[in-house]
Amino acid sequence: MDCNEIFESLSEFIDEELSKKTCREIESHMADCRNCRVVVNTLRKTVTLYHSMPRERLSGPARLRLHKVIEIADSGDTGE
Amino acid sequence: MGPSVPTDRELVERINTGESELLGELISRYEDRVYNLALRMMGNREDAEDVLQDTFLNVIRSLDRFQGRSSFSTWLYRVAANAALTRLRKQSKQAKSEDEFLDDVYSVKRAAQAGLKLPDWSANPVRELLNDEAMEQMNRAIESMPEIYRAVFVLRDVEELPTAEVAEIMDLSEAAVKSRLHRARLYLRNNLSDYFSERGAA
Repeated sequence: MDCNEIFESLSEFIDEELSKKTCREIESHMADCRNCRVVVNTLRKTVTLYHSMPRERLSGPARLRLHKVIEIADSGDTGE
Repeated sequence: MGPSVPTDRELVERINTGESELLGELISRYEDRVYNLALRMMGNREDAEDVLQDTFLNVIRSLDRFQGRSSFSTWLYRVAANAALTRLRKQSKQAKSEDEFLDDVYSVKRAAQAGLKLPDWSANPVRELLNDEAMEQMNRAIESMPEIYRAVFVLRDVEELPTAEVAEIMDLSEAAVKSRLHRARLYLRNNLSDYFSERGAA
Protein backbone atom coordinates (compact mmCIF):
# COMPACT_ATOMS: atom_id res chain seq x y z
CA MET A 1 0.00 0.00 0.00
CA ASP A 2 1.21 3.52 -0.75
CA CYS A 3 0.49 6.89 0.93
CA ASN A 4 -2.40 7.61 -1.42
CA GLU A 5 -4.15 4.32 -0.76
CA ILE A 6 -4.06 4.63 3.01
CA PHE A 7 -4.77 8.37 3.24
CA GLU A 8 -8.58 8.10 3.13
CA SER A 9 -8.61 5.30 5.74
CA LEU A 10 -6.58 7.00 8.44
CA SER A 11 -9.56 8.09 10.59
CA GLU A 12 -10.94 4.55 10.52
CA PHE A 13 -7.44 3.36 11.36
CA ILE A 14 -7.19 5.52 14.49
CA ASP A 15 -10.80 4.63 15.44
CA GLU A 16 -9.81 0.93 15.14
CA GLU A 17 -12.57 0.24 12.64
CA LEU A 18 -10.48 -1.53 10.00
CA SER A 19 -9.83 -5.24 9.54
CA LYS A 20 -6.69 -6.66 11.12
CA LYS A 21 -5.26 -7.27 7.68
CA THR A 22 -5.69 -3.63 6.57
CA CYS A 23 -4.29 -2.40 9.89
CA ARG A 24 -1.17 -4.52 9.42
CA GLU A 25 -0.73 -3.16 5.89
CA ILE A 26 -1.02 0.43 7.13
CA GLU A 27 1.36 -0.25 10.01
CA SER A 28 3.94 -1.78 7.72
CA HIS A 29 3.68 1.23 5.37
CA MET A 30 4.03 3.61 8.32
CA ALA A 31 7.16 1.86 9.51
CA ASP A 32 8.91 3.04 6.33
CA CYS A 33 7.15 6.36 5.75
CA ARG A 34 7.86 9.20 8.14
CA ASN A 35 5.20 11.58 6.72
CA CYS A 36 2.40 9.02 7.07
CA ARG A 37 3.53 8.37 10.66
CA VAL A 38 3.37 12.11 11.36
CA VAL A 39 -0.10 12.43 9.80
CA VAL A 40 -1.44 9.49 11.84
CA ASN A 41 0.14 10.67 15.10
CA THR A 42 -0.93 14.31 14.73
CA LEU A 43 -4.41 13.29 13.54
CA ARG A 44 -4.79 11.10 16.62
CA LYS A 45 -3.49 13.91 18.82
CA THR A 46 -5.94 16.36 17.23
CA VAL A 47 -8.85 14.10 18.18
CA THR A 48 -7.43 13.67 21.70
CA LEU A 49 -7.13 17.46 22.11
CA TYR A 50 -10.75 18.01 21.09
CA HIS A 51 -11.85 15.21 23.43
CA SER A 52 -9.87 16.88 26.23
CA MET A 53 -11.43 20.34 25.87
CA PRO A 54 -13.45 21.05 29.02
CA ARG A 55 -17.21 20.96 28.53
CA GLU A 56 -18.94 24.18 29.35
CA ARG A 57 -22.04 24.11 31.53
CA LEU A 58 -24.96 26.44 31.14
CA SER A 59 -24.73 29.43 33.52
CA GLY A 60 -27.31 29.78 36.31
CA PRO A 61 -29.04 32.85 34.80
CA ALA A 62 -29.17 31.23 31.33
CA ARG A 63 -30.70 28.11 32.88
CA LEU A 64 -33.40 30.21 34.57
CA ARG A 65 -34.10 32.07 31.31
CA LEU A 66 -34.50 28.79 29.45
CA HIS A 67 -36.93 27.30 31.95
CA LYS A 68 -38.93 30.55 32.05
CA VAL A 69 -39.22 30.71 28.25
CA ILE A 70 -40.35 27.09 28.08
CA GLU A 71 -42.85 27.55 30.90
CA ILE A 72 -44.42 30.55 29.16
CA ALA A 73 -44.47 28.82 25.76
CA ASP A 74 -46.00 25.68 27.27
CA SER A 75 -48.74 27.52 29.17
CA GLY A 76 -49.53 29.39 25.94
CA ASP A 77 -49.85 26.04 24.19
CA THR A 78 -52.29 24.48 26.63
CA GLY A 79 -54.29 27.69 27.03
CA GLU A 80 -55.41 27.65 23.42
CA MET B 1 -32.61 0.80 44.67
CA GLY B 2 -35.66 2.71 45.99
CA PRO B 3 -38.33 4.22 43.76
CA SER B 4 -37.10 4.16 40.20
CA VAL B 5 -36.40 7.32 38.23
CA PRO B 6 -38.65 7.49 35.15
CA THR B 7 -36.93 6.79 31.83
CA ASP B 8 -36.92 9.50 29.17
CA ARG B 9 -39.63 7.62 27.32
CA GLU B 10 -41.84 7.42 30.41
CA LEU B 11 -41.36 11.14 31.03
CA VAL B 12 -42.31 11.98 27.44
CA GLU B 13 -45.40 9.79 27.68
CA ARG B 14 -46.53 11.46 30.91
CA ILE B 15 -45.92 14.95 29.48
CA ASN B 16 -47.91 14.01 26.38
CA THR B 17 -50.81 12.82 28.51
CA GLY B 18 -51.08 16.05 30.45
CA GLU B 19 -48.34 16.21 33.09
CA SER B 20 -46.64 19.19 31.50
CA GLU B 21 -45.01 20.15 34.82
CA LEU B 22 -42.52 17.34 34.06
CA LEU B 23 -41.11 19.30 31.10
CA GLY B 24 -38.66 21.02 33.43
CA GLU B 25 -37.24 17.67 34.49
CA LEU B 26 -36.85 16.52 30.90
CA ILE B 27 -35.06 19.76 30.00
CA SER B 28 -32.79 19.54 33.05
CA ARG B 29 -31.59 16.13 31.91
CA TYR B 30 -30.35 17.46 28.59
CA GLU B 31 -29.80 21.24 28.83
CA ASP B 32 -26.04 21.02 29.42
CA ARG B 33 -25.50 18.56 26.59
CA VAL B 34 -27.57 20.59 24.13
CA TYR B 35 -25.84 23.79 25.27
CA ASN B 36 -22.38 22.31 24.76
CA LEU B 37 -23.31 21.05 21.29
CA ALA B 38 -24.74 24.46 20.40
CA LEU B 39 -21.72 26.28 21.80
CA ARG B 40 -19.25 24.24 19.74
CA MET B 41 -21.33 24.66 16.62
CA MET B 42 -22.09 28.36 17.02
CA GLY B 43 -18.82 29.52 18.61
CA ASN B 44 -20.29 31.95 21.15
CA ARG B 45 -22.53 31.82 24.22
CA GLU B 46 -25.26 34.18 22.99
CA ASP B 47 -25.97 32.19 19.84
CA ALA B 48 -25.64 28.94 21.79
CA GLU B 49 -28.32 30.11 24.24
CA ASP B 50 -30.58 31.04 21.35
CA VAL B 51 -30.11 27.60 19.80
CA LEU B 52 -30.82 26.02 23.18
CA GLN B 53 -34.11 27.92 23.43
CA ASP B 54 -35.04 27.16 19.80
CA THR B 55 -34.34 23.48 20.47
CA PHE B 56 -36.61 23.15 23.48
CA LEU B 57 -39.32 25.33 21.93
CA ASN B 58 -39.29 22.95 18.95
CA VAL B 59 -39.35 20.03 21.38
CA ILE B 60 -42.56 21.18 23.12
CA ARG B 61 -44.13 21.86 19.74
CA SER B 62 -43.38 18.41 18.38
CA LEU B 63 -43.08 16.18 21.44
CA ASP B 64 -46.44 14.55 20.73
CA ARG B 65 -44.99 13.39 17.41
CA PHE B 66 -42.04 11.65 19.08
CA GLN B 67 -42.58 8.06 17.97
CA GLY B 68 -40.00 6.34 20.06
CA ARG B 69 -38.46 4.72 16.99
CA SER B 70 -35.12 6.19 18.03
CA SER B 71 -34.10 7.01 21.59
CA PHE B 72 -35.23 10.34 22.98
CA SER B 73 -31.65 11.64 23.10
CA THR B 74 -31.08 10.84 19.40
CA TRP B 75 -34.33 12.60 18.53
CA LEU B 76 -33.35 15.59 20.70
CA TYR B 77 -29.87 15.83 19.15
CA ARG B 78 -31.55 15.89 15.77
CA VAL B 79 -33.79 18.79 16.79
CA ALA B 80 -30.78 20.59 18.30
CA ALA B 81 -28.49 20.06 15.29
CA ASN B 82 -31.23 21.34 12.98
CA ALA B 83 -31.81 24.38 15.19
CA ALA B 84 -28.08 25.18 15.05
CA LEU B 85 -27.87 24.63 11.27
CA THR B 86 -30.92 26.83 10.69
CA ARG B 87 -29.35 29.68 12.64
CA LEU B 88 -25.96 29.24 10.97
CA ARG B 89 -27.56 29.41 7.52
CA LYS B 90 -29.35 32.63 8.46
CA GLN B 91 -26.09 34.19 9.65
CA SER B 92 -24.07 33.29 6.54
CA LYS B 93 -20.90 34.13 8.48
CA GLN B 94 -17.31 33.66 7.39
CA ALA B 95 -17.26 29.85 7.05
CA LYS B 96 -15.20 28.60 4.11
CA SER B 97 -16.75 27.40 0.88
CA GLU B 98 -16.66 23.63 0.30
CA ASP B 99 -13.94 24.09 -2.37
CA GLU B 100 -11.67 26.18 -0.17
CA PHE B 101 -12.24 23.75 2.68
CA LEU B 102 -11.37 20.69 0.60
CA ASP B 103 -8.33 22.47 -0.76
CA ASP B 104 -7.14 22.95 2.84
CA VAL B 105 -8.01 19.34 3.74
CA TYR B 106 -5.81 17.92 1.01
CA SER B 107 -2.94 20.39 1.41
CA VAL B 108 -1.23 17.88 3.72
CA LYS B 109 -1.32 15.27 0.97
CA ARG B 110 0.21 17.70 -1.52
CA ALA B 111 2.91 18.70 0.98
CA ALA B 112 3.77 15.04 1.62
CA GLN B 113 3.85 14.26 -2.11
CA ALA B 114 6.15 17.24 -2.69
CA GLY B 115 8.55 15.61 -0.26
CA LEU B 116 8.22 18.26 2.47
CA LYS B 117 9.03 17.13 5.98
CA LEU B 118 5.77 17.45 7.92
CA PRO B 119 6.09 19.02 11.39
CA ASP B 120 5.47 16.57 14.23
CA TRP B 121 4.03 18.02 17.42
CA SER B 122 2.32 14.81 18.53
CA ALA B 123 4.82 13.92 21.24
CA ASN B 124 3.94 16.99 23.32
CA PRO B 125 1.71 16.19 26.32
CA VAL B 126 -1.92 17.33 26.10
CA ARG B 127 -1.55 19.54 29.19
CA GLU B 128 1.26 21.48 27.49
CA LEU B 129 -0.54 21.88 24.18
CA LEU B 130 -4.00 22.66 25.50
CA ASN B 131 -3.80 26.19 26.93
CA ASP B 132 -6.47 28.91 26.60
CA GLU B 133 -4.96 30.28 23.41
CA ALA B 134 -4.90 26.83 21.80
CA MET B 135 -8.53 26.19 22.78
CA GLU B 136 -9.51 29.51 21.26
CA GLN B 137 -7.69 28.48 18.08
CA MET B 138 -9.44 25.09 18.12
CA ASN B 139 -12.87 26.70 18.45
CA ARG B 140 -12.16 29.21 15.65
CA ALA B 141 -11.02 26.30 13.46
CA ILE B 142 -14.37 24.49 13.98
CA GLU B 143 -16.21 27.67 13.06
CA SER B 144 -14.31 28.08 9.81
CA MET B 145 -15.54 24.71 8.49
CA PRO B 146 -18.66 24.43 6.30
CA GLU B 147 -21.73 23.66 8.45
CA ILE B 148 -22.19 20.01 7.58
CA TYR B 149 -18.58 19.13 8.51
CA ARG B 150 -18.92 21.16 11.67
CA ALA B 151 -22.07 19.28 12.71
CA VAL B 152 -20.63 15.82 12.03
CA PHE B 153 -17.35 16.62 13.79
CA VAL B 154 -18.99 18.11 16.89
CA LEU B 155 -21.42 15.20 17.27
CA ARG B 156 -18.74 12.56 16.73
CA ASP B 157 -15.57 14.01 18.29
CA VAL B 158 -16.85 16.52 20.83
CA GLU B 159 -20.08 14.84 21.96
CA GLU B 160 -18.43 11.46 21.27
CA LEU B 161 -21.54 9.83 19.80
CA PRO B 162 -21.15 6.60 17.78
CA THR B 163 -21.10 6.81 13.97
CA ALA B 164 -24.48 5.06 13.64
CA GLU B 165 -26.17 7.59 15.92
CA VAL B 166 -24.60 10.56 14.11
CA ALA B 167 -25.84 9.06 10.84
CA GLU B 168 -29.36 8.87 12.25
CA ILE B 169 -29.24 12.42 13.65
CA MET B 170 -27.92 13.93 10.42
CA ASP B 171 -29.89 11.74 8.04
CA LEU B 172 -26.70 10.54 6.37
CA SER B 173 -25.32 7.10 5.61
CA GLU B 174 -22.60 5.84 7.95
CA ALA B 175 -20.15 6.02 5.05
CA ALA B 176 -21.00 9.69 4.53
CA VAL B 177 -20.53 10.40 8.24
CA LYS B 178 -17.12 8.70 8.18
CA SER B 179 -15.91 10.54 5.11
CA ARG B 180 -17.07 13.93 6.44
CA LEU B 181 -15.54 13.22 9.82
CA HIS B 182 -12.23 12.29 8.21
CA ARG B 183 -12.10 15.50 6.18
CA ALA B 184 -13.03 17.60 9.21
CA ARG B 185 -10.30 15.95 11.29
CA LEU B 186 -7.69 16.46 8.56
CA TYR B 187 -8.68 20.10 8.23
CA LEU B 188 -8.44 20.66 11.99
CA ARG B 189 -5.16 18.75 12.11
CA ASN B 190 -3.69 21.01 9.42
CA ASN B 191 -4.92 24.08 11.26
CA LEU B 192 -3.40 22.90 14.55
CA SER B 193 -0.20 21.91 12.80
CA ASP B 194 0.24 25.47 11.47
CA TYR B 195 -0.59 26.88 14.89
CA PHE B 196 1.74 24.62 16.89
CA SER B 197 4.56 25.11 14.39
CA GLU B 198 4.30 28.87 14.86
CA ARG B 199 4.14 28.41 18.61
CA GLY B 200 7.30 26.35 18.43
CA ALA B 201 5.78 23.09 19.67
CA ALA B 202 6.76 21.16 16.54
